[in-house]
Amino acid sequence: MIETFYAAAAIAIVATALAITRTNVVHGLLYLIVSLLAVAVMFFALGAPFVAALEVIVYAGAIMVLFVFVMMLLNLGPATVEQERRWEPARIWIGPTVLSALLLAELLYGLSSHAGQRVAASVVEPRAVGVALFTQYALGVEIASMLLLSALIGAYHLGRREMNSPG
Amino acid sequence: MMVDIPLASGLSVAAVLFSLGLIGVLSRRNLMFILMSLEVMLNAAGLAFVVAGARWGQADGQVMFLFILATAAGEVAVGLALLIQFYRRFGTVDADAASLLRG
Repeated sequence: MIETFYAAAAIAIVATALAITRTNVVHGLLYLIVSLLAVAVMFFALGAPFVAALEVIVYAGAIMVLFVFVMMLLNLGPATVEQERRWEPARIWIGPTVLSALLLAELLYGLSSHAGQRVAASVVEPRAVGVALFTQYALGVEIASMLLLSALIGAYHLGRREMNSPG
Repeated sequence: MMVDIPLASGLSVAAVLFSLGLIGVLSRRNLMFILMSLEVMLNAAGLAFVVAGARWGQADGQVMFLFILATAAGEVAVGLALLIQFYRRFGTVDADAASLLRG
């Protein structure tokens, strides 16, 4: 399983790096889907099959479909790729990359103090997750449902075409 | 046959993915890519929770991932609705177009 984990981690990192640097939105989305599927494989290797399935169904499935639909609604033509090139000259990337790399280096230095610890080689069954979710965390589930309801109403309100405003 | 994965390497992958998302949020101008980078960052946070949960063999990490999933779904729904409104108003997805509050 450890080889699976490292191979999936490499795929996830490369695919994410490609996804955030593409000029074409569709290419970026497809690389992002590859990255999410690789993270799902990592979850499986870590002994978390339930969230691996949810990652594929909800992240790579539902959320990415939402992105694809909005991208089709916006109807961004081939001119946008050229526009992206003008928006993103290489020097724009230098500052954020250096700052993020410094933060990452600090984080990795902090993590190196846990060098001896290893992830327990046991599978946490979906049953255990469900029991924890609906006993200990029942209040959290209620709050999450309220959050989703408010997101639904908010998205409906924001996405409406206003009659008396321009555009 | 399961072999133990070092805790530090699992968390390091989450840190690298989070940093990549941060670079995307900071340097892109296309709102679509900014939202995608936010998804990457939320997903990396979820990965860290699952790794930490697996370290102790407890379900709590996976439960926290479910809450992150719900948050991400709500965030992306509202974010994309805002993106559509933005496009209707300005005719572009350039984040720099919304500069009315600039002093």
